[in-house]
Amino acid sequence: MKDDTTARDRLALARRTLLEPANLGERELEQLFGRLMQGSVDYADLYFQYSRHEAWSLEEGIVKSGSHNIECGVGVRAVAAEKQGLAYSDEIALPALIEATGAARAIARQGGKAKTAAAWRQAETRSLYAPLDPVASLADDAKVRLLERIEREARAADPRVKQVMASLAAVHEQVLVARADGLLAADVRPLVRINVTVIAEANGRRETGTAGGGGRYDYSYFVDARGQARETALGYAREAVRQALVNLEADEAPAGSMTVVLGPGWPGILLHEAIGHGLEGDFNRKGTSAFAGRVGERVAARGVTVVDDGTLNDRRGSLNVDDEGTISQRTVLIEDGVLKGYMQDLMNARLMKVAPTGNGRRESYAHLPMPRMTNTYMLAGSHDPGEIIASVDRGLYAVNFGGGQVDITNGKFVFSASEAYLIENGKITRPVKGATLIGNGPDVLTRVSMIGNDLKLDSGVGTCGKEGQSVPVGVGQPTLRIDGLTVGGTRG
Amino acid sequence: MSSTAVATSTDVKSSRAQLEKLVRLALDESKTAGATQAEASANLSQGISLTVRLGEVETVEHTRDKGLGVTVYVGRRSGSASTTDFSEQAVRETVLAACTIARFTAEDECAGLADPDRLASQFPDLDLYHAWQPGMDMLIERARAAEAAALSLDKRIGNSEGGSISSHEGIEVYGNSHGFLGRQAGTRHSLSVSVIAQDSSGMQRDYWYSSDRRADRLESPESVGRTAAGRALRRLSARKLGTRQCPVLFEAPVAASLLSHLVSAVRGGSLYRRASFLLDSLGQSVFAPWVRIHEQPYLPGATGSASFDAEGVATKARDLVRDGILQGYVLDSYSGRKLGLPTTGNAGGVHNLTLEANAGNLKDLCRQMGQGLLVTELIGFGINGVTGDYSRGAAGFWVENGEVVYPVEEITIAGNLPDMFRGFVAAGSDVDTRGNLRAGSILIDRMTVAGE
Repeated sequence: MKDDTTARDRLALARRTLLEPANLGERELEQLFGRLMQGSVDYADLYFQYSRHEAWSLEEGIVKSGSHNIECGVGVRAVAAEKQGLAYSDEIALPALIEATGAARAIARQGGKAKTAAAWRQAETRSLYAPLDPVASLADDAKVRLLERIEREARAADPRVKQVMASLAAVHEQVLVARADGLLAADVRPLVRINVTVIAEANGRRETGTAGGGGRYDYSYFVDARGQARETALGYAREAVRQALVNLEADEAPAGSMTVVLGPGWPGILLHEAIGHGLEGDFNRKGTSAFAGRVGERVAARGVTVVDDGTLNDRRGSLNVDDEGTISQRTVLIEDGVLKGYMQDLMNARLMKVAPTGNGRRESYAHLPMPRMTNTYMLAGSHDPGEIIASVDRGLYAVNFGGGQVDITNGKFVFSASEAYLIENGKITRPVKGATLIGNGPDVLTRVSMIGNDLKLDSGVGTCGKEGQSVPVGVGQPTLRIDGLTVGGTRG
Repeated sequence: MSSTAVATSTDVKSSRAQLEKLVRLALDESKTAGATQAEASANLSQGISLTVRLGEVETVEHTRDKGLGVTVYVGRRSGSASTTDFSEQAVRETVLAACTIARFTAEDECAGLADPDRLASQFPDLDLYHAWQPGMDMLIERARAAEAAALSLDKRIGNSEGGSISSHEGIEVYGNSHGFLGRQAGTRHSLSVSVIAQDSSGMQRDYWYSSDRRADRLESPESVGRTAAGRALRRLSARKLGTRQCPVLFEAPVAASLLSHLVSAVRGGSLYRRASFLLDSLGQSVFAPWVRIHEQPYLPGATGSASFDAEGVATKARDLVRDGILQGYVLDSYSGRKLGLPTTGNAGGVHNLTLEANAGNLKDLCRQMGQGLLVTELIGFGINGVTGDYSRGAAGFWVENGEVVYPVEEITIAGNLPDMFRGFVAAGSDVDTRGNLRAGSILIDRMTVAGE
């Protein structure tokens, strides 16, 4: 949904928060771009940001700590062909900005005439989430009560639960992008999240379970109008307990190459690591990705379609507009097994002579933007999940995962299961301990032999790290059967 | 390219008085707002990071960050807040935000500042601050020379992620309402190269970096570049291994990660939550009997040196593990009170934790291993801190008769950390001193390697 009215409101709000207190108007912005757009500089932008973050955490039955952080600043970027200069200031004021423009443009050849500024225009953006301030959406005592309620839910679920750790976090962020080509874009991005970790103990053995979720909402996602915890929040507590109890029964994991069935939802981290990073434009422009130069080639089995979609309502990885002022998009990465394209920011799109895809993201004003994922998932297939399990003689069924990592150059990726079962003769038989799975990105999807009809997105807990920058992302997939993935257990 | 000054002309040390004033203001405001105890820290850092790729400048990033963090205690309740705005009004608002939070957190009898008698009173010069004002041209020249040395080593080095150089300096002032006020300034300079080797078998990337508090102690650009290129080249034509059990030798740059798993397990926070695989292990045999692991907070010029920790407590040189036996935990005041033990001066972490060598260099260790896996890269996060279960992606080399025979990749190594610790066979003298965890290459008797 595109909505000009709310886009205008967001821009007005961001101007009030970020520009007006410093008396920065269009004339001052033009003055700054006049200084930036000199010599060989062919593009520049200013990224104004205000963010307010809070976190509350409970352990041993009580909310012991809380924190509140405010961050505010502006990043100044100058681009000359493949060169980028960044300088920033945590003070939004004209003198600091003038100093930063001088530092940022030092990458370029100097001299020549300043380019004339274009007329200001408002960027096209989406309205995928409301411009909320989650931090202010609930009284502090109700935040504490919510965590206490989650704790009781977890303890009530099973007497073997010995420790419950729960945390609640919220971010209210306003960003304003001003570009040398006259584009002004703003976004107001709420983000909330709950995490629950439990430790269960039985017969001298201790195991953990972790669950959580959230998205671009305020706290009403977790708490109803009467201040009572919603099922969304309580479900995380029970899910964490369930996982811990399963792990109390787990045997050693197998070691070696075998058929692996991945459950729906968060196991989509497979796609994020195995192919997502390898399809980011920067690595492909530089030719450092195992996928470089392979558009149009078959990189996955027939039936495999993978998209990166920043346009889903309220999702953790969604954006109304990216951090360079490009409207967010749904980009088909792989269609029916064939590689279709890469995820791009402005610079890499320009250098590769393709259109930007709304994937230009940065952790904050103090970081350079680069191509990043939003919500990355595989579309559903036709198989019933039960039929997929029944098709496997001996293999691993992995349904929950921790983190993953990839070497985009040789394509090797890992992701670590935290809940898994053996499949024997078409049946799920017993739980096994978590283990790291390792594979080769460019060929793992060619081994997909069955795709479930049960596409699910994750619950909203993903954070992606690249070159030291963290951004919130989403993943998803249906149940998948992969013929031949190396499972890193201890039982050889 | 014009010769622009890299850092602003003033160094961060000149901001010391301003930061001290801010900390005092925050403490005063906390008292006014009704806090019974308070602590505050203010920091300022600045620097530059620059990358040259294929001979051309690719990115130049100027950094300058500051922040103030306040924790207040109202009785036994606590709250924290932080800001990047140093105005008096912002300091006041930050203190009030922390006090507001402390109205809603629970009474916690262990909460509070460190005990006054534990606070540091000696502040020796640890040789941590060595500013460098090289100018942009010299930075570009060094990054370019490092990358060029890598690109020219072998024609199979055909692509690059660049040569990078950075120089940063920072100062931090910590104070609390016991009257403690400590300050520490430090510098960090580094030079790195990441390049790609390619042949008919495919592409392999690897890197090398040098990092030091003193710029004149950095490895030469040529050395950094050649090492990076050599590391990428030796990975070409890597194979998978069959699934097996065998000895595993962790090359020094990845071996320090094993020390980090030890630290996580003996941290007070993991122990009082009973979320560790080393519960109640004080005085117990945790490692092979030859193992000594000790903290060296007063090592001049080292990465992790500090005379006081994040709550002002004096640091102490000590053995964490001696003769394989765990001698102490890693505690701050809070976790110490939870466990009925004194703080060990480790609020914020350990200080230059060092594994003493009992063997020669990597070559000697390969010979000692005879046949097994040399691991040079680990990927993924497959460590369970509660059970000690360990399973990570790995790449490296297969070793036979003490010699490297071929590179391997797309394998995992797995075991259980308590078994792995007891299975430490040898630690090399090739200690990687770039980080805060200092270990040479480590040989472990047996792990499960999963592959084909």
